Amino acid sequence: MMHSVFLVLGLVTVGFVLLITVYLVLSGIPAIREIGLFQFLFGKEWASTAAEPSYGIAPFILTSVYGTAGAILIGVPVGFMTAVYLAKLAPKQIKTVMESAVSLLAGIPSVVYGLVGMIVLVPAVRKLFHLPDGASLLAAIIVLAIIILPSIIKVSITALEAVPKEYEDASLALGATPVETCFRISVPAAKSGIAAAIVLGVGRAIGEAMAVMMVAGNVANMPSLFGSVRFLTTAIASEMSYSAGLQRQALFSIALVLFLFIMLINAALNFFLKRDKEG
Amino acid sequence: MKARKIVALALAALCAVSMFAGCGKQEMTGTVTTDGSTSMEKVIGALKETFEADNEGITVTYNPTGSGSGITAVAEGRCDIGLSSRDLKDEEIAAGLTGTVLAYDGIAIIVNPENPVSDLTLKDIAKIYTGEIKNWNEVGGNDAEIVLIGREAGSGTRDGFESITKTAEKCKYRQELTSTGDVITTVAGNPAAIGYASLASVKDSVKALKVGGIAPSETTIKDGSYLVQRNFVLVTKTDSKLSDAAQKFFDYITSADASEVIKTAGAVPVK
Repeated sequence: MMHSVFLVLGLVTVGFVLLITVYLVLSGIPAIREIGLFQFLFGKEWASTAAEPSYGIAPFILTSVYGTAGAILIGVPVGFMTAVYLAKLAPKQIKTVMESAVSLLAGIPSVVYGLVGMIVLVPAVRKLFHLPDGASLLAAIIVLAIIILPSIIKVSITALEAVPKEYEDASLALGATPVETCFRISVPAAKSGIAAAIVLGVGRAIGEAMAVMMVAGNVANMPSLFGSVRFLTTAIASEMSYSAGLQRQALFSIALVLFLFIMLINAALNFFLKRDKEG
Repeated sequence: MKARKIVALALAALCAVSMFAGCGKQEMTGTVTTDGSTSMEKVIGALKETFEADNEGITVTYNPTGSGSGITAVAEGRCDIGLSSRDLKDEEIAAGLTGTVLAYDGIAIIVNPENPVSDLTLKDIAKIYTGEIKNWNEVGGNDAEIVLIGREAGSGTRDGFESITKTAEKCKYRQELTSTGDVITTVAGNPAAIGYASLASVKDSVKALKVGGIAPSETTIKDGSYLVQRNFVLVTKTDSKLSDAAQKFFDYITSADASEVIKTAGAVPVK
């Protein structure tokens, strides 16, 4: 009896995943067929409400890739160093305080990041770089980097703390300093866990919509660091409420592309986690 | 177990009967279908809510398809009342349709309060948004590149602005934001920004520009002297009567009672 209850509850989750996948594929394919896969993925112009609409999502794909890469470029070094410090070097009290700060950061809703970004970061970027307007890929990258910090820090800490103490003791006994031990012994031993942390960060960054919508400007330009850009997620979110016909179908196709990206990232995550377990 | 079932059945039957009894009273029942302009969503939504609260048997539906589709839908008899955010064309009137102005939609052109510019002509605004005028000093302001803030494709306000200024598909936006609030916040935070927003939602944090010397206000919108405005029009068939329910809804929304609701929804009522 109990067994079947658990089974049913488990199947509910699987059912939702299947439902969403099937729905996305079914509603995403028609527009791609009508527009043409090549035209859709590599077209450089998106003008969905024009008299002669064009549906090219290359700007969105590139923006999402660049934005995520930028966020990783800033977020990973900071997050990784913080994790090393907290897991291996920090005094206990500092560690407790900082870890709860990190947890708090993880709990802040993304619309709050967006709001603070819009009111503080965007004007700051404008003044700092003497631009006419601060809403840009750069602002989105900074916001995304902060958003992915908690996931990177937390998963990295877990990985670093799982390194057997004997390895470190042996290194210290051989005369290595604590910092040397950290980077030569602990980090290599935890590397697949840290890789998983990075992949998790990528997944978080590429799927974020609300916060970037408020700071990126949302114009379907080809990406440039100081230009107004539109991400895959925001392309869907900003037009969904008014869309109709082929435009709406094309938005589902964007969702399908995004879904495939995230599947790919999840597969990578599974790969790293599995290797972690085996190693 | 069986007794319970019988009780439940009896209760259900009672409920069903009482429902029919409800119909038997004077109350009107029916559905009013409206179809058309997405810009009118807020106004019609608010009117529908208050109307349905007062007339329990009547349901009002709204299908946001766009002004053109709404007009076609009335002409083909697919809905009771069509909603259009532009006036009817002569050929549409000739084809047997009547337009009744429900309200005016005033769009304020907003800039940062620090901006010395306070008056632009409609032509200048169009030139600014199409990128012909790029710097504020060309229209008497500071030497600063103009930052164009707009709304997302499909937004009613954007559609209204672009159709009035005749800049559809030609606007070179720097930012496309998804809400009026975001537009106001952004313009308030950038001294070189210009944006547009429904007049009712404009706050002190931004400055509403005069257009051709006329400041936007309820009065100037009503008398037509403020140019960045358009009509919200109810479209019906000239020679066929509305259903009782639809007539009741039509009478309510065009009455003075509805004007307060229209105002809260951000438009300027006719009465």
